[in-house]
Amino acid sequence: MTDAKPIISIRNVTKNFGRVTAVDNVSIDVMPGEFFALLGPSGCGKTTLLRMLAGFETTSGGEIEIDGQAMLGVPPNKRPVNMVFQSYAVFPHMTVFDNVAYGLKVTGVPKAEITGQVEEALSLVHLEDYGRRKPDQLSGGQRQRVALARALVKKPKVLLLDEPLSALDAKLREAMRLELVRLQHSVGITFVIVTHDQDEALSMADRAAVMDRGVVRQIAPPGELYEHPNSLFVADFIGKVNMLEAKVAGQSGGDLVVEVEGMGRIAVPHEGAAAGNISIAVRPEKTLLSADKPGEGVLALKGKISDVAYYGNESHILLDTETGVQFTSTVQNDARRTESSVAIGDDLWISWAPGNTLVLAE
Amino acid sequence: MTNKVARRRRDVNPLEYLKRPWMWLTLFVCFVFLYFPIVTLVAFSFNSYKRAFVWKGFSLQWYEKALNNQSLHEAFLNSMHVAGVSTVVSTALGAMLGLALYRYWFPWKGTYEGIAHLPIVIPEICMAVAMVVFFWSVGIELSLTTVIVSHIAFTIPFVAVVIRARMAGFDTSLEEASRDLGASEWQTFWHVTFPYMIPGLVAGALMAFVLSLDDFVITFFTAGVGDNTFPVKIYSMLRFSVTPEVNAASTVLIVITLSLTLVAMIMQSRWTKGRGQ
Ligand SMILES: Nc1ncnc2c1ncn2[C@@H]1O[C@H](COP(=O)(O)OP(=O)(O)OP(=O)(O)O)[C@@H](O)[C@H]1O
Ligand SMILES: [Mg+2]
Repeated sequence: MTDAKPIISIRNVTKNFGRVTAVDNVSIDVMPGEFFALLGPSGCGKTTLLRMLAGFETTSGGEIEIDGQAMLGVPPNKRPVNMVFQSYAVFPHMTVFDNVAYGLKVTGVPKAEITGQVEEALSLVHLEDYGRRKPDQLSGGQRQRVALARALVKKPKVLLLDEPLSALDAKLREAMRLELVRLQHSVGITFVIVTHDQDEALSMADRAAVMDRGVVRQIAPPGELYEHPNSLFVADFIGKVNMLEAKVAGQSGGDLVVEVEGMGRIAVPHEGAAAGNISIAVRPEKTLLSADKPGEGVLALKGKISDVAYYGNESHILLDTETGVQFTSTVQNDARRTESSVAIGDDLWISWAPGNTLVLAE
Repeated sequence: MTNKVARRRRDVNPLEYLKRPWMWLTLFVCFVFLYFPIVTLVAFSFNSYKRAFVWKGFSLQWYEKALNNQSLHEAFLNSMHVAGVSTVVSTALGAMLGLALYRYWFPWKGTYEGIAHLPIVIPEICMAVAMVVFFWSVGIELSLTTVIVSHIAFTIPFVAVVIRARMAGFDTSLEEASRDLGASEWQTFWHVTFPYMIPGLVAGALMAFVLSLDDFVITFFTAGVGDNTFPVKIYSMLRFSVTPEVNAASTVLIVITLSLTLVAMIMQSRWTKGRGQ
């Protein structure tokens, strides 16, 4: 990866809409063949950033290079990228075939070549037999695949997708996730996908950038985002966390010694420096519940069960701890039973290994 | 109080109203008021007697007479010519105006828009006088051409309004998708935007045509001596003799207008149905 040149290079890009700063000094490199996700809550500027890549918005500052070419002043039709719109934007007055052929026709590809390429693109998205249909005779999922085929037939360097799955129902969305990953592998094109759904980003992307109010907070592969979030925002946005406020008390070997109300001084492994008031956190699935006080070597808190939420495959158990902070523990329902083994009001201990503690300095 | 009224309305099954005589009476009175003159006009165009309001039996003689009336013929062709030319021009200009108002923002846009649509509400007689005074002051002689120019001027805003209404439902990401796929702005307009506009263009054109065809006041003022259009001719016939020939000619105008309006309505509903999916 070190000597490969990025296919997209975003350098200090800013976008202002009047007094609103939608994208604030963002720098991202996307490598060729990567499946890259822009992830963040609503209004954080994901779409704006994507539209700047496609050429529908100008930048207020900074530079964008795609495939080694500066994009300043290059109109959308001259950029080596194609986009799949959130609304799909399939041309309603054209057949599926004509929709897919459109991008070839307008750029003067000879008629003889068009038919073959369109058929190839349609088979890529499993719509071989739908060429003569009009978009209003297709389901939402099929329409989206037309939009995909229409973009892929152009053989772009980069495919941009704006929340491509948000209009589909839950089952279809799951299927399309796998389908998109399969498609990306088979065509070998770089994908940049915008989503506000962390599951979607984690399950599909090679790397993701987590955005917050126009700023990129962390760029990392899904596993690292989940296991090593660099900030409270990222930890909280990607998955659930149980969070405790802590005060740094010192360093001891490779451990950070922190003072936590109700737990006293504890040592948690941490690389790098930290000082002052910080947060420590642990993921719900990395905690254990027990009736008896756990032994030495783990971090533990005592609490009372306040709620049990059943999700079929797992249950989320809410605990009011003695420190006053609410904790969640996830329990796999790995044996078949209809009665919960715990009940609201039970006194339990929640514990976790020190190594599972996230130290969140921000 | 409003609550009470609303509840009382809801309590009544809509079909219940059919049992109420006052409802039938209302419908009847309105219908008579609206259509009695027109129905009599049409009915007496088939009268075999010469006096307008004494029925003596069915005949098509007045239609025959009207058909063979050379000057009525001429007036009809004039009307078609005026309506045809002014429709083509005002549809093109009105569509551009509507599109520009839909798409772009410019300083004073609100004011410009208001002024552009003013001819819709300005009394027709004032438009007519303004036109005539303008032609006189510039030294243009009144003729069918001045009629055409005036018709273009007063139908443009109607077309613009129709186009704007149509464009309000347009998904701009279609244009972006087209650009994204490599089309120039010009290609995008012709392949994506224009096809979407077509129902609006047809509706606007039919509207402009009917407005022009039926117009009396502006035409009467801006036409040169002897340049009759169909409505103006009917008016002058009325002044000489009141025979059912006038009824026949008027009925022809009604039928043309109604059929064009019907076509426009059918097309509109078919297109909106197709889009609603
Ligand atoms: N054309 C515009 N004019 C003014 N403000 C805009 C415009 N487009 C976006 N914004 C603002 O920029 C910010 C970022 O918008 P953007 O659409 O990029 O968010 P997003 O991350 O895609 O959100 P969502 O998940 O809701 O789609 C928002 O505050 C939005 O109001
Ligand atoms: Mg968005």
